[in-house]
Amino acid sequence: MGRDVSDADQDRRPAGSCALVTGASRGIGAAIAVALAADGWPVAVNYRSGVAGADATVAAIEAAGGRAVALQGDVADPAIPAQLLEAVHERLGPVGVLVNNAGLRADGLALSLSDDDWQRVLDTNLGATYRLTRAVLREMIRARFGRVVNIASVVGPRANAGQANYAASKAAVIAFTKTAAVEVARRGVTINAVAPGLIDTDMTEGIPPQLAERVPAQRAGRPEEVAAAVAFLASDAAGYITATTLYVDGGLSA
Amino acid sequence: MADTSIEHIQKVITESLVTFGADPDAISRDAQLEALDVDSLDLAELSQIIEEQFGVELTSNDVAEIKTVGDAIDMVAERAK
Repeated sequence: MGRDVSDADQDRRPAGSCALVTGASRGIGAAIAVALAADGWPVAVNYRSGVAGADATVAAIEAAGGRAVALQGDVADPAIPAQLLEAVHERLGPVGVLVNNAGLRADGLALSLSDDDWQRVLDTNLGATYRLTRAVLREMIRARFGRVVNIASVVGPRANAGQANYAASKAAVIAFTKTAAVEVARRGVTINAVAPGLIDTDMTEGIPPQLAERVPAQRAGRPEEVAAAVAFLASDAAGYITATTLYVDGGLSA
Repeated sequence: MADTSIEHIQKVITESLVTFGADPDAISRDAQLEALDVDSLDLAELSQIIEEQFGVELTSNDVAEIKTVGDAIDMVAERAK
């Protein structure tokens, strides 16, 4: 039944393909771009407004002997994903790895969130993930290879007061990941989620230090530790791993 | 200009179905796609191939109407005129 195991030969990165990381001007996204470049992927470093950060990410990759280009675009805008992919094609070639990392938070109790705070978090964290994934899957199923890694969060599977919008978006990302993954699994395309816990970035600035005490590892994680999980899922070695969520959280979700 | 002869359309569609895993000996105009184990993912990919090769865009409603190999060939041939 099904594909012969020898077909596993097709689960290798096609020559000339590249990686696209959204929201890669800083924090986890920048670390992911650097890690994928270190694994040999030419990397498209997407950013919305942090041009200096994106340029610094590209410079870091080039200094290490890698290849990268910075590409501006707010992926929450429904028109942007198609334009962004066209630009990536032109500059670096077809997308073999897509990392949907761009995300934002607009915290508040559920009873007081504005419609705008609800919508823009959903548009970026979930809508952009969906639209970009949809667009790359068309080419990935033809190439018989693809790696999509969606950045979720421990918030979503777990509650976190003040983040109902963020939690809803991230739980939905995990649900989307599972279903989309099973739809394309037999074409050599994997779709997984990585769920970071408390990671030391700009996004977690202002979070009380006592929070780290709730983490079994007793510390916040580093962006590079999340990036290592993404790089693994993007690698040839992870060809049989799909529809799963890998937690990088020092045990917080256990 | 793409070759939109019925023979070429039939060739492209047949080759695609074989790539998807259909048994070449079971493919005929009257063969039901379901019987060939051609499913919705295969049809989505076939739509892309048809669009690239013949410039014919098939909507999901169009695809839903395709039951046999002949249905697919005829629909593309009609639209490619």
